[in-house]
Amino acid sequence: MDEIQRNLLEQVAGLHEMPAGAYNIRANGQSVDRSTTAHIDIITKEDKQGIDIVIKPGTKKESVHIPVLLSQSGLTEMVYNDFHVGDDCDVTIVAGCGIHNSGDSDSRHDGIHTFYIGKNSHVKYVEKHYGSGDGRGERIMNPETVVLLGENSFMELETVQIKGVDSTRRSTTATLSDGAKLIVTEKLMTHGSQTAETSFQVDLNGEGSSANIISRSVAKDDSRQLFLSKINGNSRCAGHSECDGIIMDRATISAIPEITANNLDAELIHEAAIGKIAGEQITKLMTLGLTEEQAEAQIVNGFLK
Amino acid sequence: MLELQNLSFQVSGDTDSQKEIIKNISLTFEDHTFIAITGPNGGGKSTLAKLIMGIEKPTAGKIVFNGTDITDMSITERARLGISFAFQQPVRFKGIKVKDLITLAAGSNIKLSSACDYLSRVGLCARDYINRDVDTSLSGGELKRIEIATIIARNTPLSVFDEPEAGIDLWSFNNLIKVFEDLHSSTDNSLIIISHQERILNIADEIVVLAGGSVQARGHREDILPELLNGTGGCKLYNQQ
Ligand SMILES: Nc1ncnc2c1ncn2[C@@H]1O[C@H](COP(=O)(O)OP(=O)(O)OP(=O)(O)O)[C@@H](O)[C@H]1O
Ligand SMILES: [Mg+2]
Repeated sequence: MDEIQRNLLEQVAGLHEMPAGAYNIRANGQSVDRSTTAHIDIITKEDKQGIDIVIKPGTKKESVHIPVLLSQSGLTEMVYNDFHVGDDCDVTIVAGCGIHNSGDSDSRHDGIHTFYIGKNSHVKYVEKHYGSGDGRGERIMNPETVVLLGENSFMELETVQIKGVDSTRRSTTATLSDGAKLIVTEKLMTHGSQTAETSFQVDLNGEGSSANIISRSVAKDDSRQLFLSKINGNSRCAGHSECDGIIMDRATISAIPEITANNLDAELIHEAAIGKIAGEQITKLMTLGLTEEQAEAQIVNGFLK
Repeated sequence: MLELQNLSFQVSGDTDSQKEIIKNISLTFEDHTFIAITGPNGGGKSTLAKLIMGIEKPTAGKIVFNGTDITDMSITERARLGISFAFQQPVRFKGIKVKDLITLAAGSNIKLSSACDYLSRVGLCARDYINRDVDTSLSGGELKRIEIATIIARNTPLSVFDEPEAGIDLWSFNNLIKVFEDLHSSTDNSLIIISHQERILNIADEIVVLAGGSVQARGHREDILPELLNGTGGCKLYNQQ
């Protein structure tokens, strides 16, 4: 791995060296390093690009890292990763994609991650997206996440995209069984002329299932963001989505929430607030000696922390 | 230390008419002084404090701080010169922690233990608060105390507190009085405290009564307090304009 790839790896997975536990590192379209454990197997798909990650029932306190790095300008790929998580597991999965593009043609990673999660399991899934390089070619990522959450299982899904991705279209769909619980936190920042679209569709099919989708985003310069969320309450369930956006400069954010109660006992809430940084917050930090620019940066950093 | 010279502040009213909120105020405050400003609601106290901090700009007049004309200076410049301001309604932030705010206020990377000391001084158990967000999850009284802690952390030549006692419970109020007494006796810094509380007025060197945008009275507490507290006297002061 070269310096650029190492930097990407650190940005998307917080890794300085090879992680403990299972991992698969994909760089420029190839699997470059892999490690499995007694409970977690990683198998290359035969029919298409991608891997199957198989986590045995009862696997506790283990982690899987599957970062994807693209440093060759002009590379385009479509990858399918399937996660088979057994019953009674407690695992952390760290995915993420870093693109470094210093050339003139677009680099693009499209990935479909599908989670088949058994019963009574807890999965924490962290996904970071990062772009670097000053070429004219765009850095494009279109991640799709599909979650099938078994009875009484709990999934925490954290996605972060703070820097350097020119265009992204993210789609997350989840289907929840009885007693299942999903919490999504999304942090997004766009600048320059970037565009980002994120959409969520959650079907609360199970009795006592619940979902909470929390999105915090900042749009700067001329960037544009679109937030779509659909929650269908199909049984006695609780759904909540929240979109909190800060716009700066000439940026725009749209939030289009949709909540549908198909059952008398479905409780669904959507909250959305979009606006510029509150003037009094800037004023307050200026009274502590910060300049206006420093105050803005502090507020934005805190908001996305 | 601080001179307000013929200071006025007007805003345009609903019907084209100008509304004068601060009317030609001239006041001089000595070094190492502790001034209490009081007066009826809407009298112009918070506006005067904002003019001093630079949050509002006067429509006429001059503000001189330690010999420097700061009338045209920004909030940041005044803050760096040594003026602090505790808001009447402190601001909440999503994602900024109490620790962050105190560190910003102290102006350097202070030790966690000193950040905690500032909280303890305002009667907050530091362990419970230091990592909390300064957001809507804090109660009004907690937020007020954190605001006061940040001003203590700044330790500037002039601190202006806008109704620091508002929302603070009775037990903590005694401590708060002590905090201000200590601030006054242990440093050369000056304090301006806007307050409606007799006990705060009692510990100030001087009291200024502001009503209808003008100074109605100024003097030592022995002279001002009886006037204020005596029903008719108070009315007299408040009704003069
Ligand atoms: N920007 C503004 N536009 C219009 N009116 C204003 C503005 N700022 C202040 N005022 C008015 O000026 C008057 C003085 O307000 P200020 O907040 O200074 O009063 P105060 O003495 O601090 O009152 P309180 O004791 O209630 O805190 C009030 O009548 C207020 O409504
Ligand atoms: Mg006021």
